[in-house]
Amino acid sequence: MLRLIKTGDWLVLLAGMIITAWLFAALWQGHAANKAVVRSGGKVVAELSLSENRSYLAHGPLGTSRIEIRNRRARVAEDPSPRQYCVKQGWLSQAGEAALCLPNQVSLELTGAKKLYDSLSY
Amino acid sequence: MTRSVINIQTTPEDHRIAQLSAFAIGLSVMEAVIPSPLPGIKPGLANIVTLLVLERFGLRAAVWVSLLRVVAGSLILGTFLSPSFVLSFSGAAASLAALALARHLPRRWFGAISLSIIAAFVHIAGQMAVVYLWLIPHAGILYLAPIFAAAALLFGTVNGLITANLLAEGEESIPARTPQIQNKCLSRLPPLPLAGED
Repeated sequence: MLRLIKTGDWLVLLAGMIITAWLFAALWQGHAANKAVVRSGGKVVAELSLSENRSYLAHGPLGTSRIEIRNRRARVAEDPSPRQYCVKQGWLSQAGEAALCLPNQVSLELTGAKKLYDSLSY
Repeated sequence: MTRSVINIQTTPEDHRIAQLSAFAIGLSVMEAVIPSPLPGIKPGLANIVTLLVLERFGLRAAVWVSLLRVVAGSLILGTFLSPSFVLSFSGAAASLAALALARHLPRRWFGAISLSIIAAFVHIAGQMAVVYLWLIPHAGILYLAPIFAAAALLFGTVNGLITANLLAEGEESIPARTPQIQNKCLSRLPPLPLAGED
């Protein structure tokens, strides 16, 4: 079987692999985010630029959630929610990523010039 | 009342093309029952026949077999003139155009596998162009391009290997079947292993 594959066939196969890998890299990578949108109770309470390191306090029914922005990334640093899911999610850096603190009704979402498709809505 | 008899003059080449098209049609109908995770991803086994015909009988015969397969296959599957017919037509046309160019590659280094992979990639590229320009003018379909490319790579390689294997078998069986043929021209065109003896 292998002897049927000629030198040029390997080259074409390699070229095909490179094209496929390039398509995956070019079309499936996320786009860098440039803004963090903080919502409380569904309403936007702050739009923070990622280029500035800072903290923001969002108030919800359970207490105060602290949003932290550092080095073009954002996270929920502190939250009163019992399970701490949104805190454990850690740093977000790609447009379209979001952390939801449901009990405290606070959410953090990153947006960019191009919005990333997520598998739920697409 | 006079009975009129319509006689259509057919040449041996017509018979050969009809026979080979029947193989290709059979393969594409068989393939249509295989469930696919994503519309448009299928092995494209009928392209094996197109490649064999291209290698044995030249471009003209390959164009005939490929287009007859698309038209007759869609009549059988009930998709004639539907979007899926337009897509298989544009895919076939694009890959035939690519094959017409690629068959001039130096044959010492590039075999059926190269042709198959090139045809598979151009096939899906042609289809995606039609989908984008006509059916879904939305950049969202670009997100599917990597999956289609991966499928083209996989099935193009597999189909190419099958084709190369069948071609090699055809060459080896020549001396056994027709030992008296000394003519170099003829021995370069052995019968298709699929087509059998006339």
